[in-house]
Amino acid sequence: MAVEKLILREVDDAEAADAAGQPRYDWPEYRSTSLRAPKQKLLLLPEELMPKGGPVFGESAVHPLEADLTRQHEGEPLGERIIVHGRLLGSDGKPIRSSLIEIWQANSGGRYIHQNDQHPAPLDPNFTGAGRVLTDDDGYYRFVTIKPGAYPWRNHPNAWRPAHIHFSVFGRAFTDRLVTQMYFPGDPLFSEDPIFNSVRDERARRRMISQFDWEATTPEWALGYRFDIVVGGRNGTPMEDDH
Amino acid sequence: MAARLEPTPSQTVGPFFSFGLTTRAANELVSADDARAVEVVGTVFDGSGRPVPDAMVEVWAQEVGWGRCGTDVDGRYGFRVAKPAAADGQAPHLDVLVFARGLLKPVLTRMYFPDEVDANAADPVLAALADDDGRGTLVATADGDTVRFDLRLQGDGQTTFFAL
Repeated sequence: MAVEKLILREVDDAEAADAAGQPRYDWPEYRSTSLRAPKQKLLLLPEELMPKGGPVFGESAVHPLEADLTRQHEGEPLGERIIVHGRLLGSDGKPIRSSLIEIWQANSGGRYIHQNDQHPAPLDPNFTGAGRVLTDDDGYYRFVTIKPGAYPWRNHPNAWRPAHIHFSVFGRAFTDRLVTQMYFPGDPLFSEDPIFNSVRDERARRRMISQFDWEATTPEWALGYRFDIVVGGRNGTPMEDDH
Repeated sequence: MAARLEPTPSQTVGPFFSFGLTTRAANELVSADDARAVEVVGTVFDGSGRPVPDAMVEVWAQEVGWGRCGTDVDGRYGFRVAKPAAADGQAPHLDVLVFARGLLKPVLTRMYFPDEVDANAADPVLAALADDDGRGTLVATADGDTVRFDLRLQGDGQTTFFAL
């Protein structure tokens, strides 16, 4: 039987990324992209050839204390204690259950525990800055941590990253994998940050900013921030309601 | 129909992800004495041909599972995997995502196995690639007891990447 030869359509990343509210690979304002962004056209696999399924994590994979970044050492870390919580949802609005969420961040002085971060802000012996949690049946997650500080980097003169918490999440399919950064409302550094602004659509950028949450704020203990995360939906193809 | 929610945008993993993501070993998908075990090694290169020491490679195949490995100072990573079966007319392969500082979103590719010559020749995705070079970037090469799968993010011999 003769099989019809598959033709893989080429995708213009800049066009597809802008339409999908995602960053482009090639974004010169963020200098590290210059030697790492692929330059050849991406190829669009038909839906049936995209990766099927994705990893499933059992409850034993994560200890409950891993969701509290303020209790990983003998003493409490310095800084503003916060609760970061929200839901992990598919683009169909349904919760993604028992999914692994991993976070990492700088301490309140803006210093990462990573050995390559040597800028002159102090390390905090009571703060590592990494946490993990599994979503519950509503896709809900909750972390207790401290608010990270802004930190300087060498991308351009007087470059500072807005305060952020890195999030890594899994969706239903391997290709729903998302690594993003959660920002804090009203940060004065947004306008000059090439990573935040690599997402060109302003409404899409807003989806990376947590909301201050009075309901979750706990008297005499911690401020609350809400951060819902939506995964899924292919970026290489326009969405149905983009017509 | 329920309103479609707009996805949260991707952002780079940045340079400091290792203490959050890759301190736990997650690169041995099968045990060493598993008869199906295949050791995969590779290096991630940038557009100047230099190794990328702050990348993270994730692999997935439904029947084999998921794995993750950060690159070392020389850009190297490694997995012990099992070769999945051929399915849906496709040659056995792993789905691969690479994350790194300088990648604002991951790149998606496939790794095929060098000893599957016939299946690779009949694979619809490999057959659809325009030339031998493009195909070659997706097929690992035999290297002693291991298979080598280097990933080139940019430049000469760039790995073929698929749209997410």
